[in-house]
Formats: sequence, C-alpha cells, structure tokens
Amino acid sequence: MKGAVFAVLTSKKRRNSGCVESLGHYGALFCVPFVAVFLIFSVYPVVRTLTMSFTNYKGYGASDFVMFDNYTRAITDPLFWDAFVNTLKMWGLNIVLQLGLALLLTIVFNDIKYRMKGLSIFRAMFYLPNLIACTSVAFLFKTLLDWQYGSVNQILLSLHIISQPINWLGGEGWTAQAVVGVIGAWMWFGNSFIMLMAGVQGISHDYYEAATIDGAGRWTIFARITMPLLRPIMMYVAITSLIGGLQLFDIPYLISGTKGTPGRSLYTAVFYLFNMAFTNRQMGYAAAIAFVLFAIIAVCSFIAFRLMNKKED
Amino acid sequence: MSTSAKVKTGVIKGLLYIALILLALLCVIPFWLMIVNSTRSGNEIMTSFSLLPGTSLASNWEAVVNNLDIFHGMLNSALIAVCSTVLVSYFSAMTAYGLACYKFRGGNVIFIVMLVFMMVPAQLGLLGFYDLCNNLGLINSYIPLIIPCIASPGTVFFLRQYILSILPMAVLEAPRIDGASELTIFHRIVLPIMSPGIATMAIGAFIGSWNAYLIPLVLLNKPELYTLPIMISSLNSVRDISTNIGATYLAIAISVVPIIVVFCFCSKYIISSISAGSVKG
Repeated sequence: MKGAVFAVLTSKKRRNSGCVESLGHYGALFCVPFVAVFLIFSVYPVVRTLTMSFTNYKGYGASDFVMFDNYTRAITDPLFWDAFVNTLKMWGLNIVLQLGLALLLTIVFNDIKYRMKGLSIFRAMFYLPNLIACTSVAFLFKTLLDWQYGSVNQILLSLHIISQPINWLGGEGWTAQAVVGVIGAWMWFGNSFIMLMAGVQGISHDYYEAATIDGAGRWTIFARITMPLLRPIMMYVAITSLIGGLQLFDIPYLISGTKGTPGRSLYTAVFYLFNMAFTNRQMGYAAAIAFVLFAIIAVCSFIAFRLMNKKED
Repeated sequence: MSTSAKVKTGVIKGLLYIALILLALLCVIPFWLMIVNSTRSGNEIMTSFSLLPGTSLASNWEAVVNNLDIFHGMLNSALIAVCSTVLVSYFSAMTAYGLACYKFRGGNVIFIVMLVFMMVPAQLGLLGFYDLCNNLGLINSYIPLIIPCIASPGTVFFLRQYILSILPMAVLEAPRIDGASELTIFHRIVLPIMSPGIATMAIGAFIGSWNAYLIPLVLLNKPELYTLPIMISSLNSVRDISTNIGATYLAIAISVVPIIVVFCFCSKYIISSISAGSVKG
C-alpha cells in the first residue's frame, strides 16, 4: 500500500472535481472522529515518546531532563548494536528466501509454455501461514523443533538424514537465528508471491504481443519485459519487508521464552527496547532507542526509494 | 511439435507440479502435525512420530480446559476483534467519504499527515501510547485496544481511492435535491455502494485484531482479560499443559483452527485485498 501512497503524493492531479463547495463543512464534520482519535492515539504517543527520550523517565513519577544522554548512550551501546546486527541477520535470510521463492513461483505461473493450472488453490495454501497469529506460529515451531521430542528431529532421524538430534533452538545461536529467518520467509513468501503476481497481471498484454510478433523467446520476454517492469514491486516488497523486519519482535521473543536465548542470539532491536522499557523500567532510554531505530529505518527507506526511482528512469 | 519435445515438456511440467505440491505441503504440514499431535498423548509424541491421528484427544482436551480458560480468551479476542472491525469499517468509510467527496480547508492537511503516519513504524509510538494509557487509567481495559481503530490511516487511504474510482458524484445530486441530509446520503447511498471495498478491509482488520500481540501484552496483566494470543504465549507457565506436549499442541490448535476455517470461506477476498492494496502505485 505504501507504493500507492507515493504515487498519490507525487501526482499533481487533483480529483475532487464534482464536489459541492457550499457543503464543504460536512466533509470536515465527517473527519472529526478520525482526527480526534488520530491526534490522541497516534500523534500524541509519538510526540510523548520523543519528549520522553530526552529525560530519565522510569514510567512513573518525576523525571529530569538529560539532553542527548540517552542518544549518546544508545549509539555507543554494544548490546543495542549486537541486537541490531542479530535483527539484520535474521531479516537478511528471511528476505532472500522470501523474495527468491516468490519470484521463482511468479516465473513458473507466468510461463507461457507450461501454462501451470491451479493458481488459486496454490496461492491460498502459500498464503495460509501468513494468517496465523505469531504467538501460535512461534509456539508451534518451538514445539515441533524441540530438541528431544520435536517432530522435526524425529522425521529427520527416521529418514536417516541426521544421526544425532539437532538442538535447533538451543546450542549455538546461529541455528536459532536461521530458524527465525526461515519462519519469517515461510510466513511471508505467499504474500510477496501474490503481490508479484498482481504486478505481472498489471503489465499490458501489448508488450507481450509485440515481443512475440518480433520473435522474442520466452526467456527474452521474461528478462527484457517482465523483470524490468516487475522491479518496482520487488523493491517495494523488499522495502516494506525491511521496515517490518527491523522491528522484528514477536517470533524471537516467544521462541526464546522472552529471554533472547541461546546466548543473546535472538535479541532483536525492538526486543531490547521492550526489555529496557518494561523490565528495566528505563523508559527514557528505550524511547531514545525507538528514535535511533526509526532514523535507521528512515535512512534505509530513503536510499532504497532513491535507488528505485533511478532504475525506473 | 515433435513427440520427444512433447514428452520433454510433459516431464518438466510434471516436475514443476511436484515441486509446487511439495511447497504447498510445507505450508500445510506444520498445521497438520499440530492437529495430529493434539490427538496423541504426551508419551506417544515424545517416543514416535505419526501422520495419523491418535486417541488421546479427550484427555488432552481435559488438560487444556481444566487448566486454561481458553474459551474465555477466545471470547475476549472475539469481542475486541468484532468491535474493532465495526469501528474501522464505519469510521474509515466516513472519513474517506469526507476526504474524497467534499472540498474543505484542512482536508489536504489531514490527508498528508495521514500518509506520513502510514510510514511511521508502529514501535515509535509504543512507549508514548503505554504512558498515555497508564496516565488515563486504561491499563487492563479494552478501550485502548478498540477505540484507536477509529483512526486507521491505511484503511482510510484505501477507501478514499476506492470511492474516487467507483462513486460517480452525480449519484449524490438526486437525493440532495430531494432534501436528504448529508448523513442520510452517506448511510443510505454511499455505504451500500462502498460495501465491497469495506468488506475487503474489514476482513483484514478482523484478522489483524484477532492476532494482535504486542499492545495487548503491554496493556493487559489480569489473566481474566487475556486475549487468545496472550493466553497462548503464557502456555509455558501452566504446568499441567507445558508438561503434556499433546495438550500444548491442542491449545495451539484451538487458537489456529478458527482462522483456518474463516480462510477456507474467504480466501478469495483476503487475497484480493492484498493485491488491491499493494499494486496501484
């Protein structure tokens, strides 16, 4: 949806023609409930978080103004950066699998030679994991991946793929991080696939007809027409995934039983923020972390959008 | 096409279908294992693995129902999700109509601020939101889980685009001449015309609310107020369930199956809502 937002923001065309000017105040009245609730529950909390970040607020009682202390602390806090790097690792694996799989599926289902059937049923099945609550997904996988009693190790052992049970969520941290990345991809590749398919369907048939008449083969058509026209959507999927991925919280939090174990491998940036705020009661510092993270997300999105626009030109 | 080429195409096609089916199974099997394991006893699950249901559903059921108020949690979740969905649908439609069909000072400002906030990550307001609820005495209340749904920028944005694309302004002129009030026009004419778009957004809103975790986690600390996701996340602390893996699976299954059932009936709408929201940019 954010892609559409950018289109609206950048287009100069006004579409309110046909409105009755004398009745304009009714439009304002219709917006009153929205604006009131929006100011109280959306705008004010962000402003309050910002003011909090300049104080040593504990969540209750009085607090002192500490200038930029919280921000310098966040920027020099190795634990925060560790958590941030963990987040990037998990998201990195996630997005590569998620987009790669979605793109492969898009290629398969758009191939004019094989004409695969059953798109709607496959699409529904691929999308199913995205609908289930994170808590259920996390607990399901935690139980399935249990070292001793989990079904996954039992299957792998009975098929003789492994000789020793693998301690997925204990042991060394990287397996747990990989599990979180794969779960993310599992939950989201169906969503990306649907968006890429919608993108392909948005490409005019004229291009394909013209290319076929000119004698272009399947692969040429894919490489020269489908891919370039699909790139904006792929960038859009990647960016929204980055924004969501840097806020990764539920799955690692629940899989590690709220502790970030094994080691600190499942500690993510928002996980760290959450513990600072609600366990350590350092609201001011947690608020500063929120804004540092926001700054990183904003810079990444900005760079990504610049890249996207350049390639479109 | 020669016969050998035809055979080759057929083989590749077959392999592609097998790969697709395997991938589809990968999406479904965890849920199947969950259902199977919820009918087997803890011992069976620990010692062997099976794709066929067992016979311990009743005892697992007892362990879950006696130790966890899971249906109360489901009721709580349903109450919050239904109220949220109604508010999202009605007020988003109203705001979208106001923004799309009337010209007034400040309309553009509202629209642009709304767009900006659609891009603000949710965690940015979390602490301020908690602090606000704390100061208003709204901890352990459903109000902060429901009322903020009146302002859902994403839904308003979608519905505004939707109105602009499907509602001819001329439709509004006849009732105006007949003397209908603007609110009546909204209720009697605009809402029915918009209902397909509203339905699409409502399904998404319902699932989002049903699955919400972080905000309820922060705001609710009385067990009798817990929503389903919070209840599931506290499974480990319920001894009789955490020591019986079959019961753990059953509790998770109870939380998952309603959504799967809903999906079986509405998958078309849910999927069209994803593609509708994303591509037009």
